[in-house]
Amino acid sequence: MARIGVFVCHCGENIGRTVDCAQVAEACGSFPGVVHSVDYKYMCSDPGQLQIKEAIKEKGLTGVVVAACSPHMHEKTFRKAAAAAGLNPFLCEMANIREHCSWIHEDRARATAKAIDLTRFIVEKVKRNQPLVPISIPVERRALVIGAGIAGIQAALDIADGGREVILVEKEPSIGGHMSQLSETFPTLDCSQCILTPRMVEAFQHPRIKLMTYSEVESLEGYIGNFAVTIRKKARSVDDELCNGCGDCQSACPVKKIPSEFDAGLGKRTAIYVPFPQAVPNIPVIDRERCTRFKAMRKGKKKEVCGRCLKACGREAIDFAQEDRLITEKVGAIVFATGYQLYSIGEEQPREHLSGYGEYGYGEIPDVIDGMQFERLASASGPTGGRIERPSDGKEPETVVFLQCVGSRDPQKGIDYCSKLCCMYIAKHTMLYRHKVHHGRAVVFYMDVRAGGKGYDEFVRRAVEEDGAEYVRGRVSRLYRAGDKVRVCGFDTLSGEPLEMDADMVVMATAIQPQPGIESLAQKLSVSYDKSGFINEAHPKLKPVETNTAGIYVAGACQAPRDIPDAVAMASAAASKVLGLFSNEELERDPCVAQVDETTCSGCFHCERVCPYGAVEHLEVRDRGGNLIKVIAKVNQGVCQGCGTCQATCPSKSVELLGFTDAQIFAAINSL
Amino acid sequence: MKLGYFPGCSLHATAREFDESLRAMAPRLDLELDEVEDWACCGATSAHNTNHLLSVSLPARTLAISEAQGHESLLAPCAACYSRLAYARHALEADPSLCDPVKDAIGREPPTTVQVLSIVRLLADLAPRIREKVATALDGVQIACYYGCLLARPAELNDVGSVEAPTAMEDVVKAVGATPVVWNQRLECCGGGFSLSRKASVVRLSRSIVEDARAAGAAALVVACPMCHLNLDFRQKAIARRSGERADMPVFFLTQLVGLALGMSATELGLGRHYVSTADFVARLSGQEGAAESASEEIKEVG
Amino acid sequence: MSEATATRTPPAVDAFEPKIIAFVCNWCTYTGADLAGTSRLQMAPNVRIIRLPCTGRIDPLFIVKAFERGADGVIVSGCHPGDCHYTAGNFHARRRFAVAREIMGFLGIDLDRVTFSWVSASEGGKWSEVVNETTARVRKLGPFNTYRDLVAGS
Repeated sequence: MARIGVFVCHCGENIGRTVDCAQVAEACGSFPGVVHSVDYKYMCSDPGQLQIKEAIKEKGLTGVVVAACSPHMHEKTFRKAAAAAGLNPFLCEMANIREHCSWIHEDRARATAKAIDLTRFIVEKVKRNQPLVPISIPVERRALVIGAGIAGIQAALDIADGGREVILVEKEPSIGGHMSQLSETFPTLDCSQCILTPRMVEAFQHPRIKLMTYSEVESLEGYIGNFAVTIRKKARSVDDELCNGCGDCQSACPVKKIPSEFDAGLGKRTAIYVPFPQAVPNIPVIDRERCTRFKAMRKGKKKEVCGRCLKACGREAIDFAQEDRLITEKVGAIVFATGYQLYSIGEEQPREHLSGYGEYGYGEIPDVIDGMQFERLASASGPTGGRIERPSDGKEPETVVFLQCVGSRDPQKGIDYCSKLCCMYIAKHTMLYRHKVHHGRAVVFYMDVRAGGKGYDEFVRRAVEEDGAEYVRGRVSRLYRAGDKVRVCGFDTLSGEPLEMDADMVVMATAIQPQPGIESLAQKLSVSYDKSGFINEAHPKLKPVETNTAGIYVAGACQAPRDIPDAVAMASAAASKVLGLFSNEELERDPCVAQVDETTCSGCFHCERVCPYGAVEHLEVRDRGGNLIKVIAKVNQGVCQGCGTCQATCPSKSVELLGFTDAQIFAAINSL
Repeated sequence: MKLGYFPGCSLHATAREFDESLRAMAPRLDLELDEVEDWACCGATSAHNTNHLLSVSLPARTLAISEAQGHESLLAPCAACYSRLAYARHALEADPSLCDPVKDAIGREPPTTVQVLSIVRLLADLAPRIREKVATALDGVQIACYYGCLLARPAELNDVGSVEAPTAMEDVVKAVGATPVVWNQRLECCGGGFSLSRKASVVRLSRSIVEDARAAGAAALVVACPMCHLNLDFRQKAIARRSGERADMPVFFLTQLVGLALGMSATELGLGRHYVSTADFVARLSGQEGAAESASEEIKEVG
Repeated sequence: MSEATATRTPPAVDAFEPKIIAFVCNWCTYTGADLAGTSRLQMAPNVRIIRLPCTGRIDPLFIVKAFERGADGVIVSGCHPGDCHYTAGNFHARRRFAVAREIMGFLGIDLDRVTFSWVSASEGGKWSEVVNETTARVRKLGPFNTYRDLVAGS
């Protein structure tokens, strides 16, 4: 027989003003099974909690209902108090009579009646609660970091320095990400590669970091503490054991005019290539799409063509026959750090909801470039050796117009958000340009200058006041070719005048977008993402580096536009979460998971089909003679996250979500 | 295909050749034009700036009559008429509270089904049929497609593709074998409504359009708006006086260009009504030496 | 707003006050309703929330049961499609309720008494709209007596 205690909280005036708490306590006292019902000013205070503890002991309560604020506020508090008094914490629940009642109503009588109803629901439910024990699962104390840009490198280094092994996976041939492409960094103007490459080398040489470049995550199984990840190591066509990175193969390669990804299309590379001189590892890869030999092979030619790299290599490291390899690794935690790409203004867009900028010529005007291309022009390691030359004719541009918010904050193009870093890097670009072309004009069209950050606003002021950048507040409506110039038609919203000018080059701060393919990777990992493809954090304020899949963390620009300090801070935060997780040999987690009734399950596996986590396994039921009787569903409680979709789907009602069983919910409804 | 037809005031006056060429071309593309009975002004000139209810009611009345005549689609060749009619449909859908006052004003149920069609959309949809029926292919002829302000904007009423980079007119031009040139001014304003009140501005705006088309190598401009045609064709002499160039850039209505490709005569298409002579252009099409003269003769007769 | 003002002037004693049960998910709508509370958004006091982990857990039988037990209206609300805390539970819910709607009609439940909506954790305002709209709609429809009459008749 249930013995329930009800504790009604006034929350000072917060509840007491609109709800007659004494009346609620009195009404609840008359519910069948309730043996103790009181109201008190602050239930969450020490004396309040003490009342609960004492009542549990003195009245032998089998369940506790606290009618107070939202369980999201204080459920843990009261469950702890119950546990301290020897009651299973899962036999304690809260009725929300503050957020869902006293705060949103004014009529005292009706609010009181509603509070009584809400409490009755929970009383009826708690009567049927079962004691639950948190689930223990072992932890594989190795981490996987996906993406080796600055965020991924930082996370990997922090975890490895914390004493745990890390597998660092990067889809490109080298680690380093976009930061390796940048010239100087704001707000200090220190050289990007100078501060990045030491970290790259450190990651490469770290005894606890296993680097897997030119590799991608193929699939993921398992759950927090116990993931099994399959990684596709793409065929490099070069044996990384034999290669010593001498570069002879690149010199020999006859296909020399491939637009270099690293130089954002402004430079050229060969078909066998190392993306940039400081690449880590310094081992080339053959671009099989562009290589003459592979092209011939695809066309079905028997004769082996070209092969000059093969002949040039003194160490016989070239291996045309190499194939992709699948490698499975066990890890306990994952950091998602796949970074960003820039939105392109072209007509063809990678995501359905986006559209390009026809008014800017869909990217077909040669001297209209994006921010990353300007970085390469300004970079000493870039295709022009750091000289600012415009792509069409190599002339030094005398007037450069910079456009902020191209794509960003433009719902017409499908992007509502602010890309956050553009205000800063455009200010930086104007400085770099003016430092190199002293007589040049740098004109910036902006909507707002958002320079929130340490030393950021000062930096923008410096661009304007010391380096003479001209800021025009307004949008540019159209760009088109006018002779060898680019005509810029805009509007100065401060003077209220339309504005037309001719530029030698236009630099667009195009929006920050998640990497293409992030959606499919997120689906493989069962983490959710927003409509733009950015990974969702578990809570926007309090869980910024957790995803809503336990054991998977997020860092850097794959979660939202992030600059370097933000990305590094997130990465270190994610690493500390991983290390915190790895400080346990076993994990405890919420036992509100699904459970199958083996006697009634017919093995239809509808539950398996709807389970978002792949938590449903097959269990063979055999008689004593070992003969198979039936195959039924079994929920892996380590994987199950407790959504309960299986229960609502099960045709024979054979699966129950502990803590939210049919008996509990129907009891609440029945008490209406 | 039977279509409702709303000529509007321009096609009865300054742009008669738009109407003539459309009516002449229609049967060749198996189009049957059924003019809306007792149609009224679309309200383009001043109603939409002075009285919102009137600006919706005027086109709504025409649309309601069109619906009563059984039209599924109503063709409005004039870009301004298209804009007003399409706006009225859009406004009535977006704001149902307009329905009652409009009903009171026009004395019948406001329209709910008829789709308003621009000439550009119609011909772009018919591009495959046009391609089949081409008699005089305009192979290699360079054409500048000029949209102006009303065909592509605002986005809610656009039926020619993207607002910033529409392609429907180019599709039609390609269908007749011609080559649309890549140029810059195809969406800029010609001066439109200021044609009479601020002539200098109109000449300045139209001049940059004509000059940009010429610089891009266009042999002719093609338009689908009577106001654009007026400003680019009639004003070309004034433009030429300022620029020192010759006023020799023919400006065709899209229907005339298609008509030429379908093998129709200059007379049928009303080419003689233009201010800038189309004779050289037409002569080059027929590809005959001395044809220029005969074409010129024919055009003069009409004029 | 109409509901909020209605609460200030007590209704006539015999005025019909609908009982509405809301089945909501823990992560989006429950939290959104919490936000409505912290924002002090006044709304009709007719809705009683039952918290579930996910709309995926909501069995259509809950709705039928609620009507059987005297509810005049039901709200089902969860995370927006694509935003599910459990990745896909709300998609299953959506498909399930698309089918369940048909059955509701067959069971004699006027579908106007059932509101399906998506309210995210940040949409406190939307939650109060859902509550007020549903209450107003159900009040117009009057008490749900179909089942009560059946019982009385038998």
